[in-house]
Amino acid sequence: MIELTTASIASMWAAVPAAIQDTLLITLRILVVLVPLILAVAYLTYAERKVIGYIQNRIGPNRVGPKGLLQPFADVIKLLLKEVVIPSNANRALFVVAPLLTLTPAFAAWAVIPLFPGFVLADINAALLYVLALTSLGVYGVILAGWATNSKYAFLGAMRSAAQIVAYEIAMGFALVGVVMASGSLNLGEIIEGQRGSVLHWYWLPLLPLFMIYFISGVAETNRAPFDVAEGESEIVAGFHVEYAGVGFALFFLAEYANMILISALTAILFLGGWLSPFEGILGADNILARPGFFWFALKTSVFLFLFLWFRATFPRYRYDQIMRLGWKVFIPLTLVWIFVEGAMIAFDIGPWFD
Amino acid sequence: MFEQILFYAISAVLLVAAVGVITARNPVHGVLFLVLAFFNSAVLWLLLEAEFLAIVLVLVYVGAVMVLFLFVVMMLDINVEKMRAGFTRYAPLGILVVAIMALELGQVIWLRASGRNLSIVGSQQPDGYNNTKELGRVLYTDYVFAFELAAVILLVAIVAAITLTMRRRPGLKQQDITQQVSVKREDRVRLVKMDAEKDA
Repeated sequence: MIELTTASIASMWAAVPAAIQDTLLITLRILVVLVPLILAVAYLTYAERKVIGYIQNRIGPNRVGPKGLLQPFADVIKLLLKEVVIPSNANRALFVVAPLLTLTPAFAAWAVIPLFPGFVLADINAALLYVLALTSLGVYGVILAGWATNSKYAFLGAMRSAAQIVAYEIAMGFALVGVVMASGSLNLGEIIEGQRGSVLHWYWLPLLPLFMIYFISGVAETNRAPFDVAEGESEIVAGFHVEYAGVGFALFFLAEYANMILISALTAILFLGGWLSPFEGILGADNILARPGFFWFALKTSVFLFLFLWFRATFPRYRYDQIMRLGWKVFIPLTLVWIFVEGAMIAFDIGPWFD
Repeated sequence: MFEQILFYAISAVLLVAAVGVITARNPVHGVLFLVLAFFNSAVLWLLLEAEFLAIVLVLVYVGAVMVLFLFVVMMLDINVEKMRAGFTRYAPLGILVVAIMALELGQVIWLRASGRNLSIVGSQQPDGYNNTKELGRVLYTDYVFAFELAAVILLVAIVAAITLTMRRRPGLKQQDITQQVSVKREDRVRLVKMDAEKDA
């Protein structure tokens, strides 16, 4: 038995060929991001049930483990052990592939998210476009699931979801144009650096309408309440995933919550300075609260995640034609107007943001 | 070496997908093959270091245009028999298009083979080269008129399509959503104060 000391491990590591070393390191970095993400998804479902429970004056799950903390694992095990049912007239291949098509983009987008200073899986120039492209791919899973199921309810859900996502993506894209104009870069790390300074330097203030439109469009993109007409329990049973059971349903569920975390993280990065501290420049530089770090990023993301849950517990579902009206007739004109206003602000060097 | 393997693998998938588009019996499968073809050509562009074009291809075509295509194809009740019937009628036109494309491709390959340099991106770009920035600079300075002309043409197309499809039927009942949204509580609800039980 070889004794495992740091020196021996280092020599073993050096013996590995360089190409394999790189692959191992990259895989490790991906795991460092993905495993906590999946755990966060698990505990987001727990948080959702607890938060909505307390909002509705209930206790929420409290049976499995201390204070119900093991509930997500119980749910996962239950879903994994269930039988996978494929409807007899369904298109088998697409029915099975559809959940994967929703899940993959939701995870792949995390490749360009900067988690703390100096850490991002892929530091690419067109990161923002990459995120936008991947979030727009998620809709395929929903449409294909609805179509492959060969059921009217599922198909209705898929059609609703397709129209809704196309509508809100335009508003979302325009809101991002505002951020790109302010920062002059598509790289998420540089967008964060562009907001350096205290709370007042972040983009939420000069881009306030875009900030709100982005987050609301994000809620619509993830098919969450009050925009969850694609599922609409009271109208079309469960919409596109009505026939999914067991693992297929678990994957859809995972993708929806991963998307929620992604949208929250993006809102935090684009408008609230990501890992920057709100007290920077207000408290002394040696104060621990003034330092940038993962803590701030996680805190900001959690605030938006809480908003998701809060919306679901308090708002009634939008009517479908009102969703379309909000997307096309309210959000898109608003974003266009604010892009012009922002252009004027940049032209006249206004404030601490554009000088 | 690795790049070549990648190139051939992706090109193979691209070709298979492209053949699938025209051979798939189910129109929805055809659209999905087209999505796969778009995605693989985007990856080929990434290999050429044209990251902006690659991502925009995915964003615009795969993310939006093909979603609408799928939407329409799924909704339409396509009569396959009728579609197949026109094959001989459209065949000459199809053959002509294919012939032109084959000719163009052959010319490019011939020029390459005769040692002429056609490509601007033949060599690797220097570090710090930003594809997006370069494209934006060219698009908004040298080619600004062509760019804005294209934008105006697209706008006209949108307006035309909307006016063509907008019909006003007499007696159509419409909801005024602005009015619905701006309804106040006082307009709908009347609170009546009364005792829980009448006095005996």
